[in-house]
Amino acid sequence: MTSEPSLALNEPVSDEVRKTTCYMCACRCGIDVHLRDGKIRYIEGNRDHPVNKGVLCAKGSAGIMQHYAPARLRAPLLRTGPRGSGQFREISWDEALDLATQWLGEVRESDPKKLAFFTGRDQSQSLTGYWAQMYGTPNYAAHGGFCSVNMAAAGIMTIGGAFWEFGAPDWDRTKLFVLFGVAEDHDSNPLKIGISKLKKRGARFVSVNPVRTGYSSVADDWIGVRPGTDGLLILAVIHELLKAGRIDVDYLIRYTNAPWLVIDAPGTSEHGLFVRDEAGKPLVWETVTEDFAASDSRGARPALHGRFPLADGRMVVPSFQLLAEKYLDRKYAPEAVADATGVPVETIRGLAAEIGRVAFEEAIEIAQPWTDMKGERHPSMIGRPVSFHAMRGISAHSNGFQTARALHLLQVLIGSIDCPGGFRYEPPYPKPVEAHPTPHGKAEHFGSPKPLSGPHLGFPRGPEDLLIDEDGSPHRIDKAFSWDAPIAAHGLMHMVIANAHAGDPYPVDLLFLYMANMAWNSSMNTAGVIQMLEDKDEATGEYRIPKIIYSDAYHSEMVAYADLVLPDTTYLERHDCISLLDRPISEPDAVQDAIRWPVVEPDRDVRAFQSVLIDLGAKLRLPGFADSRGQPLYTDFADYIVRHERRPGIGPLAGFRGSDGTRAGRGAANPDQLRRYIENGAFFSAHIPAEAQFFKHANRAYQDFAVKMGFFDTPQPVTFQLYSETLQKFRLSAEELREPVAPPTHRDRVITAFSPLPDWYMPFEEEDVDRAAYPYHAITQRPMAMYHSWGSMNAWLRQIHTRNVLYVPGAICDAEGLETGDWAWVMSHHGRIKVQIARTDAVNASTMWTWNAIGKRKGAWRLSGDAPEASRGFLLNHLIHELLPPRKDGMRWSNSDPVTGQAAWYDLRVRIEKAEPGEASEPAFPPVARPAERPDQLRYGQEWSR
Amino acid sequence: MTSLPSLPTPKKLGLVIDLDVCVGCHACVISCKEWNTGGYGAALSDQDPYGRDVSGTFLNRIHTFEVVPEGGEVAGEGGAARIVHFPKSCLHCEDAPCVTVCPTGASYKRADDGIVLVDEDKCIGCGLCAWACPYGAREMDLAAGVMKKCTLCVDRIYNETIDAVDRIPSCVRTCPANARHFGDLADPHSDVSRMVAERGGVDLMPEQETKPVNKYLPPRRRRPVADSAPLLAENADGAKGFFAWLDGVLERI
Amino acid sequence: MHPALSIIAFTTSSGLGYGLAVVLGLGLLDPATLAAKVAHVIAGLLIVGGLMSSTLHLGNPQRAWRALSQWRTSWLSREGVLAIVTFVPFGLLTIATLFFDRWWMVAGIATALLSLVTVYCTAMIYASLKAIDAWHTPLTPASYLSFALAGGFTTGAAFAAMGGGWFEPLAIVAAVALVVAWATKLMWRNRMMTVRPTSTPESATQLGAIGRVRLFEPPHMNGNYLTREMGYRVARKHARKLAIIAVVAGGVLPILLLVVAIAAGTGPAQVVLAVIVVLFHAIGVVVERWLFFAEARHAVSNYYGQ
Repeated sequence: MTSEPSLALNEPVSDEVRKTTCYMCACRCGIDVHLRDGKIRYIEGNRDHPVNKGVLCAKGSAGIMQHYAPARLRAPLLRTGPRGSGQFREISWDEALDLATQWLGEVRESDPKKLAFFTGRDQSQSLTGYWAQMYGTPNYAAHGGFCSVNMAAAGIMTIGGAFWEFGAPDWDRTKLFVLFGVAEDHDSNPLKIGISKLKKRGARFVSVNPVRTGYSSVADDWIGVRPGTDGLLILAVIHELLKAGRIDVDYLIRYTNAPWLVIDAPGTSEHGLFVRDEAGKPLVWETVTEDFAASDSRGARPALHGRFPLADGRMVVPSFQLLAEKYLDRKYAPEAVADATGVPVETIRGLAAEIGRVAFEEAIEIAQPWTDMKGERHPSMIGRPVSFHAMRGISAHSNGFQTARALHLLQVLIGSIDCPGGFRYEPPYPKPVEAHPTPHGKAEHFGSPKPLSGPHLGFPRGPEDLLIDEDGSPHRIDKAFSWDAPIAAHGLMHMVIANAHAGDPYPVDLLFLYMANMAWNSSMNTAGVIQMLEDKDEATGEYRIPKIIYSDAYHSEMVAYADLVLPDTTYLERHDCISLLDRPISEPDAVQDAIRWPVVEPDRDVRAFQSVLIDLGAKLRLPGFADSRGQPLYTDFADYIVRHERRPGIGPLAGFRGSDGTRAGRGAANPDQLRRYIENGAFFSAHIPAEAQFFKHANRAYQDFAVKMGFFDTPQPVTFQLYSETLQKFRLSAEELREPVAPPTHRDRVITAFSPLPDWYMPFEEEDVDRAAYPYHAITQRPMAMYHSWGSMNAWLRQIHTRNVLYVPGAICDAEGLETGDWAWVMSHHGRIKVQIARTDAVNASTMWTWNAIGKRKGAWRLSGDAPEASRGFLLNHLIHELLPPRKDGMRWSNSDPVTGQAAWYDLRVRIEKAEPGEASEPAFPPVARPAERPDQLRYGQEWSR
Repeated sequence: MTSLPSLPTPKKLGLVIDLDVCVGCHACVISCKEWNTGGYGAALSDQDPYGRDVSGTFLNRIHTFEVVPEGGEVAGEGGAARIVHFPKSCLHCEDAPCVTVCPTGASYKRADDGIVLVDEDKCIGCGLCAWACPYGAREMDLAAGVMKKCTLCVDRIYNETIDAVDRIPSCVRTCPANARHFGDLADPHSDVSRMVAERGGVDLMPEQETKPVNKYLPPRRRRPVADSAPLLAENADGAKGFFAWLDGVLERI
Repeated sequence: MHPALSIIAFTTSSGLGYGLAVVLGLGLLDPATLAAKVAHVIAGLLIVGGLMSSTLHLGNPQRAWRALSQWRTSWLSREGVLAIVTFVPFGLLTIATLFFDRWWMVAGIATALLSLVTVYCTAMIYASLKAIDAWHTPLTPASYLSFALAGGFTTGAAFAAMGGGWFEPLAIVAAVALVVAWATKLMWRNRMMTVRPTSTPESATQLGAIGRVRLFEPPHMNGNYLTREMGYRVARKHARKLAIIAVVAGGVLPILLLVVAIAAGTGPAQVVLAVIVVLFHAIGVVVERWLFFAEARHAVSNYYGQ
């Protein structure tokens, strides 16, 4: 035979490897960027990185195409045509910054609240929030309000932590993992790694999700719950567990407010509140001494049920008694909820049985002694190896806050919070509500030209902390922390444009947005929002929202609506810090943070937004950004990362602090800090001592570690709040029993939604619309290969999801005479869309779904006008209104959770009808940009072929 | 050259793909693209990359199938329709029909390790090998006019300039779900061979008699939680009974 | 399978050319006549044109010479080699005819045999592909060979009518060959319509134990090389219509017209009719060849929901 060709098998991959942090989604994996001839040759996962341990998803690997996408903005732009026309002229940075400074300066001088500064996929909220605080506007938030604030707020208020990226299942030990919904872009690689690990071990994985794709497709069992009924399902499981006595009583006594005594005095201002001693400590009933005792008394044996008289004659009961009585009610029996949830009785009972069996019959023990906060020494760590995870699926409903609370209640009842095999906190969590600020933005908190007196976002302890006038009207443009959304811990970005347009509660002069595609997929009622951005005041001829500054790296749909565009860099051209002050990347066993740094230089006239913001801060002479003489405090973001201190010794980065770089957590600024990070692979990791790794909420060693690291200045243990006194305070206000009294319009709503014990009520849209006219649910989910709207400008990723179709359950297809490939009208109370459908049977029988944010507007993202994303792709957003249909009294409520203001994306109800065959989805919009040059072929890497 | 090696190759390098854990994230698809577009042979081109007819050369693709059990199709439980994500690339068959049909000798199977490769300098781009392959493992690059296919990252797995631990195909290295495994399937003691034996690894389209080297591990049996329902004891009827039970527990703590 | 024009042109043109070469090789036309000389040139042009057309679909035609190297395993390579080998006796025969008015028996027989072997090789390119059920049958070479002969004899008859020889025997053989060719083809098509697919979505995914397998989402939303090349689909009704057109134009009409031409006797009418027979037959074969590709389903379709 002839010989085989000899191959060049030992070619070096690249000239150089630079390690940084990915930003293709919110997962923040470590990446090795291989450079060759100054170009990116290859991006792979960093094996040493604690988040992804070497693996990398499709988005991460497609970073090359993101970085070189023709959709990148190239220079600052000033609008020359009408909004939406896409007509701009390129201007210099000097001109752009002068203009921005002038606009921002005028507003700050006259009325700082007339600046609304909101950021989207921002990973630098500790900077952007600080900047807004120094500027002095009360109107700042990031995008959490339309993402997953229900999850975050419910978690922090219940267990002092949350799923999201603030905690994770104990992948190495859990034996039963139950996943509710989930967004594929948070912790996505750790989830995939974890699921694979537990399946390999033979642990059981149950997915509760209307749609059986993605992670659900590999689950051992799938529970195709009807959207918006997860809470009911969870409460039925709790009902069964209580009935079966499958709860961890010892755990409840030690770590929760189950024994705390609740005042039973209906019709009084303290009804339903905890009784406290003079020091403010909640009381329990001590069964040995038969007397009241402070809840933290060591060795107390508190009662969990019974009625006890106070000295003043009022009666008190342990909160657990209220809890048990509530959930033992037959209305939570599987038989009672099966129809509503779409889950068979046997499945609910089976799920409860498995949770109980695994938690108590397969308990695990780690031979690691530890000491709790009362000083009691435990010989080992007992684990209830049942873990849960959830995200936007249960969160994006108008009952999402209570549903998330219900899930945490379930976890606590079986004793599986931060135990081996259970859910584990990631530092700096746990963190009790008391350690979070209250919101700032009341009239007395700001005024020109001074900073806001504290952080914008926080947790009200009761109605007294709301940001409202005496007449109850909101102080914030998004009405966060008003009676509309009292615990809007992340703000309500999705209401900003509608409220500013309506001048309700007041108009704004300047809307400043960063990385938020509000003119398209990030808004409900997209067409309406576009109209609001284009709308002019008839009297003045000025836009209703007079000025818009927008920063983005790409030609998103929103760019066309900006008056001034500040072009950002790509993630490979910039400094960033993934900070413990912000959204950390810690693991349960380790404290971690990370940086990005410019691994390639920009080839365009663009600047990193954070550096621009710091520059603007100095030009505006904001405290914290300029000194008393007006000199800039920081040269750029990198300088800020290294030298900024939030508290003495506490800066954006925890690693390599101190003059010699040996300090972790607390320490003086280290001018060499970024170099040390780069040498370490762009991240920092400090292991939590073995004794401190579990029961962090009550573990002395962990609390000492947390203080040492600077998370807190004193220990901040968490007592799980199964019964929420804060919610009860709102309820008392709604019952006119406690000051401040809720306005009459809001009383019913607060009474319904603010149950102090986790509750389920029907999602508002489902309750309000004619359910016979709109019999089905329509939801979206994130594809794993796309992040929000990012991806369509990426030549590789867009080939996977070039357009989307609506997946319709077989039962609905048969009922409506639909077949794969047909076109159909989908209608909601608000609008209708014409889309192409495909049949599926792997879905809840009343739920249709599609991939999120694949549909694009013509001309955006530098795609050709006939790109399938623009012609055949579509958004469900056109069906979703930011307001609910009018009620009988004419009130139109925000389509949000009444507690947190979380956008209720998944409450949508629809009907579907066969349509005439078509070539394009409807509605269609005129193009937003003029044609741009783009290559007709790519041969990336051809110069390196061999 | 286009004769297959006359003896079984001493090594049979290939992939084992675990359908039980693949979540369909497409990580392997893109990692393969980015490695190979700058690696062995011509770049993997994309036509109309930002336009209507965008389509490019990929050496590894994920198909998604819906599997509907015959009979019961109750949405909501373990018996319902299932989604199976299905990655597919060259299977490096022992009796590779793509090799023997090649008129120029460009297509060949390496005698040492069994990797099926295309010598692009000899490829005339006739496309016959793609016709011969029942699996759709070969794609003509429209810009280069030569046939592209999975090389099993031959320029990684022997590459001494990269760390030994990384001398595996790009798709295997990147897979977040650990659904892809690389090894020598001729060695019965290799990890991949053991995995195949334990999990009942299968050949795709055995009836085509191509003897694929790559194996697929079928999805594990599903276990409905409903089966556990009878295990749930009932200790308490109503709140009164519950509190009595609770008192008993509190006594013992 | 994608019915590429270059491949259809190649197989029909070279098939006809080799068929005519068989007739010439057997010395069935008088080499001294102008018609026979023209027939040689036409046969040569059909063969060369077909071969050149086949290179049009190559990604790198400048390397086409390499295709001669793998005759031990590759039918495509064998076909290339045979095509070239056939040119030797055929060239000699053509020289003998054009310049010496002679039929040289050795070269002639060799031409006829090698032409048939070449057509067989062409057919085997397709018949050897197990991944395409419709093609993977001895009926494929049988059909290619019988069409080549039918085409060769109808064309030969036309040249005979123009004065190249005795029309009637050639016309009768042509009619018989047409019957055989279309009978073979109908058997081939019947088998294609009824054969149990070797592979199914269930065998392709090995997921049949769980249930019925259907594509939920393709790997990429737009098509790719495989779907364009292998995923071609033609509507069943449309295909049926085309099949009838093929049989009528390529078989029924030529046979009827041959009978009429025989009855018409030697003369201009016979020439015109004989030429029309060739044209109809060629059209029929082109349609048949288009269907040969368009109707064939590739095993990879099991992965693409086709």
